[in-house]
This record gives sequence, structure tokens and C-alpha cells, in this order.
Amino acid sequence: MSADGRTNTGTERIAAAFAVARGEGRAALMPYMMGGFPDRESSLAVARSYVENGADLIELGVPFSDPLADGPVIHAAAVQALEAGTKLGDVLAICREVADRVPVVLMVYTNSILGGAGPEAFAARAAEAGACGVIVPDLPFGEDESIRAAMDAAGLAVVPLVAPTTLPERRDEICRVATGFVYLVSSVGTTGERSEVAADLKELVEGVESKSEVPVAVGFGIGSPEQAATVGQIADGVIIGSRLVRIAGDAEPGGVAEAVGSFMTETAAALAVEAASSRTVT
Amino acid sequence: MSRNVAESTAGELPGRFGPYGGRYVPETLIPALDELTLAWAEAREDPDFTERFQVLLRDYVGRPSPLYLASRLSEEAGRKVYLKREDLNHTGAHKINNAIGQALLAKRMGKPRIIAETGAGQHGVASATACALLDLECIVYMGSEDIRRQQPNVERMKLLGAEVVPVEAGARTLKEAVSAAIRDWVTNVADTHYIIGSAVGPAPFPELVRDLQRVIGDEARDQALQAEGVLPARVIACVGGGSNAIGTFTAFVPDEEVELIGVEAAGLGLDTDKHGASLTAGNTSVLHGSLSAVLTDEEGQILEAHSVSAGLDYPGTGPEHAHLRDIGRARYVAVSDKDALAAFRRLSRLEGIIPALESSHAIAWLLGEGRVGEGDGGYDVLCLSGRGDKDLAEVLGMEDIQ
Ligand SMILES: Cc1ncc(COP(=O)(O)O)c(C=O)c1O
Repeated sequence: MSADGRTNTGTERIAAAFAVARGEGRAALMPYMMGGFPDRESSLAVARSYVENGADLIELGVPFSDPLADGPVIHAAAVQALEAGTKLGDVLAICREVADRVPVVLMVYTNSILGGAGPEAFAARAAEAGACGVIVPDLPFGEDESIRAAMDAAGLAVVPLVAPTTLPERRDEICRVATGFVYLVSSVGTTGERSEVAADLKELVEGVESKSEVPVAVGFGIGSPEQAATVGQIADGVIIGSRLVRIAGDAEPGGVAEAVGSFMTETAAALAVEAASSRTVT
Repeated sequence: MSRNVAESTAGELPGRFGPYGGRYVPETLIPALDELTLAWAEAREDPDFTERFQVLLRDYVGRPSPLYLASRLSEEAGRKVYLKREDLNHTGAHKINNAIGQALLAKRMGKPRIIAETGAGQHGVASATACALLDLECIVYMGSEDIRRQQPNVERMKLLGAEVVPVEAGARTLKEAVSAAIRDWVTNVADTHYIIGSAVGPAPFPELVRDLQRVIGDEARDQALQAEGVLPARVIACVGGGSNAIGTFTAFVPDEEVELIGVEAAGLGLDTDKHGASLTAGNTSVLHGSLSAVLTDEEGQILEAHSVSAGLDYPGTGPEHAHLRDIGRARYVAVSDKDALAAFRRLSRLEGIIPALESSHAIAWLLGEGRVGEGDGGYDVLCLSGRGDKDLAEVLGMEDIQ
């Protein structure tokens, strides 16, 4: 809620979350989770654990049968969630549970938006569940303006992706229309942990930052608190996906919240330490 | 990629057929799709390139393929039927037209690594063949279930020098193989070209594959006019992803008096969930990068398809077909496994031609629902997209065929 009691738009809430982190001199921490994975109960526990253990924003995945942007870990999680009968409504229910405490951005493939009753209906449902925005990994910039318009009308941010392969002219255009934040894909490929942070990441981030009014968050490949800290030095936000999904999948039943929680605490601490040390240096 | 590429494609709406098509893929691939769009636009206007393609089609593939008046089939169908003999092509199907064209294009673009997907193995064999010919590295993604069912084609691909990568996801068939190929492409896009096997995928693939396959209909139209002096009443082809059908239809699309009929797989029946008839019984949705007719559930999740023929066992179809359907230019029908199997046997006995199970669907429609009364003066052209050698083991393994 804003001071005058009106509900802020999703875009405004995202901006506020990044501003809080920036105020503390650190990057925002944005964990990803797959709705309905490892099961419905546990995934709600994951969301709550994220809230309690340092998440500035949450990226909530809507499972899709054929997720082209995802590597094996998230793909398998989607399949497992769907096999357990997870529906869009179940994922939105998780969103509703935590959305008043931490802004939630839905990671959702085009089909989940078009399926059912179409983009307007999807946007209305997502907004009603308290979501702040959407990331649509198979809807590149310029592809389907009707989806963007529906999200805009519902006050939802449409977070665009920029890849290392995106050419400068196109990148500038994407940054110009971005709402919420820009999702910078750190390396060429699908989602999944990488052993090292891409060497040219700093340059990529600077390229986006110079043209973008909204923050830049980096995702794809970040798999450890150390890597998060390194990326946190150069970007406004750090997204951690496959590693957390893997932890959730490997945890003992009943121990899921604790398992993801301890990784989150460690990562949040690493981001804060890195921020403190960079402050003393400068 | 050069700066010119981006400039010349900036602001241009990528390929759509009515509302269908588009590029629903990760951002990482967009520059590669722009590059491919431009490379094809240039190559098709380049006399050296087209000459090289034409020569290979003639001397290597064996084109033009004959248009054969199938007399005994005609008697049974109730009217004259010509078969467009794509089964006589090198490697036994129409797939080679596209594979050679795209491999030449990859060579021209300086991409040394080729990936492809395959279901029955026909497109995998065609791609492996084109890569051997043009000295390109070739990696073929194939569902492990299809590897098990299509062992001879797996051996052929290996003999031709390709690496066959098993895909373990989902039902371990064609849909997952395409997804795996796209994920490989997202990861290795700098040095890799993806030779997609049908008129599907993100733009410009549906258009590119159509352009490379339209030789089927271009030849057939000339041959038909030569033989009969008038255009056929109907042009018939089976539809999986839709490449042999769009290749056959394209030349006839402006001839409004010619009826265009695409035959999909009804599998165990359209009233079951075991079929591959996305145009007849699907929804408008996204699969593998384009908006088209797709088998989905009520939340947009992709459903598994089913067909006795691996090449039609796919839950989507090319976007141009969805458009031709909507504007009423083409009509799409569906034929069951059982009827296709019967037609497989029937054509073998009638004409001494063992058709691919895919093509058998078109034959089955002709002899079933599409049968016309005697005395009708018109004639039909049917694309016999491939030969059935690859299907023998599977068909003979089914007891209902004897
Ligand atoms: C002989 C034959 N016909 C038809 C098909 C279906 O593909 P399309 O619809 O792209 O022609 C295949 C695919 O494997 C095939 O091998």
C-alpha cells in the first residue's frame, strides 16, 4: 500500500523493492521457484522460506510442458509439477500467499497466457493474485503486442530479456520499453548452473544500464553465494534459479523450506558482505 | 553477424501467415533468426546458389520426380489419380529437398555444425546425407523410443557420419527431439545451423522449408498440365508438420478451382486423445516457436500426439496450413491408423508401390471418404511423400495387417 492507501501497481512495487536494496548498497536477491514443485505443499513452503530468508523479489515459475528456455533441472521440475496436476490456479494461490510481503513476478510461457481465456483474462487473474509482473521467456521483444498491452492495462510489468547475442540497436530498443526491470541472460544457453560467471558480464550489464530507466537483474547460471556476490557487484539484481530448484528437489520431504532457506541466508549474507566491502573500498 | 543484418531487419515484422507463425523463442535466438532470414533472402536471388541447388536436385536427388498415372489405383478411386513420386528421391522421401537446400545455406553462412531432429528417421537420414555430401558436422536428436523403433535408420545415420543423440524427456518421440534441438541451438548458436525437418518452427523456418519444398508442386503442376491439358480437380497430401503438403500445394494455391486437401492422422480416432490431427481437432497455440494449430489442454499445455506413422506423430503443424484452413483455401481431414494401414497394403498390391505410412494416410482418404462417383471427368494429384521400406518392421509386427 502507498501512503494514501491506494494499492500500488506491480511496476511500482518492483521499483520499490529494488530501491530498498539499493538503499542498503547491495543488489536485490531474486530467487526463482517452480510452482507446484516438488509438490504443492512444499512449494508453498519454499515461497514462505524465500520471504523469511532475504528475498527482495520472488520469481514464480508456472510449469509448462515444453519450456524451450529451460535446461534439464527446471524442465524436469515443470514436468513433475504438471504430472502432480498443478494448474495455473495453484501457482496463483502460492502467489497470493506471499505477494503482500514480497513482490512476485511470474515466469510464464506464452501458452499459459494464451491458453484458457486469453491475455486479458490471464492478466486479470495474475493481478488479482497480487503478481507484480511477468517474464515470458518465449516472447521476445516485438513479437506479440496484444500480450504486452493486456499486462500494461492490468498494471503488470512486462520484464523483457536481453541476451548476450542481442545486438546493440535491438538491446537499446528493448531497454527503452522495459517495465519493472530488464532481465539480462548472463550467458548463451538455457537455464542451468555454470561453473563460472561470464567474463564479459560487466560489459553486458553496462550496455543495458546505459540505456535503461529500470534496474538490471542478471540470471541464468548463478549457482553459488560467491557467484551471486560477484554478480551483485555489477548488477542491480541477482536471480538464482536452477540451483534452488535442485536444492528443493533433493531435500528430504519436510526439509524443503530449511534447505532452500539456508542457501538463501548464505547468499543474502554474501551479497551484504560484498556490498559492505565495496563501500569501504570506494 | 554483421551490423547490416540488424539494420535491414530492424522494425520488420517477422513472418506471419494471417495471425499464425511468428518467433516465440528465447531472445538468444533472435539474432540468428534475423541472420537466417537475410541469408535466405540473399541466397535465393543468387544465381550461383540456385544453380548449385538445382544441379544437386537433378543429379543427386533425381529430380524431377515422375508424375505417375496410377491406373489400377484410379479404377479403385473412381477417377484418374496421378502420384507425385517423392518416394523415388534419393533417401526415399521428400525430406531430402529441404535438407540439401538448408545444408547448402548453412555452408554459405559459414556454419560448420548442423543439428537436426528426427522422428521416424527420414529427416535425420536426409540431413546426415546432405552433411556427408557437403562435409558438415551433423548431430541428430532422436527420442529414445524412436531410436528403439527405427533402428535401421539409426544405423544409416551413423554410417553417414552423423552423431545420434538420444532424447529421454517426455514420451521420448518427435516433439521432445525438436525441443532438444532448439535447446542445443540456443546454446551453440554461433557456429550451428538447425535444419528443421518440416514447415514448422519460428520464422523464417516455415517459409524457408516451403520455398525448398515447393519444387514438388511446381513440377507436378507442369507435369499435370502436360499430361491432361487441364488442372487437377484435387491435390492431396498428408500433413505431419506439413512440409510435403505445403510443398505440393504452393504452386496450386492461386488456382482457385483446384481443391487442396491435407490429410492428418486420426490415430485411434478423433474422439479419443490418441491422434495427431491438430488442424482438425486442435487449438490455436504455440509450439516450437510458432503460433499455429496445436493439440493442447485447456491451460495451453501441449498434449502428446499419437499416430501409427512416426512422421505424423506430432502435436503441431505448420502455421501456413492453419492460415490456409482459416481462409478456406485448403481443407483438412483425418484418417485413422487402421485405414492408413489398410491403404499401405492396398497400394502395395495395386501398384507395386509400398508407400510410407505417412503417405498411406493420403491414399486412405482417397479410397475412403474422398472416393468420387464414376463418370466424374476430373482427376487428382496425390503426393506420395515417401516409400515404406522404413515401416516394414513396424507394420509386419502388427497382427492386424495379415
Ligand atoms: C515420408 C514422409 N511423409 C510425410 C512426413 C510428414 O512430414 P511433413 O508433414 O512435414 O511432410 C514424413 C515425416 O517424417 C515422412 O517421412
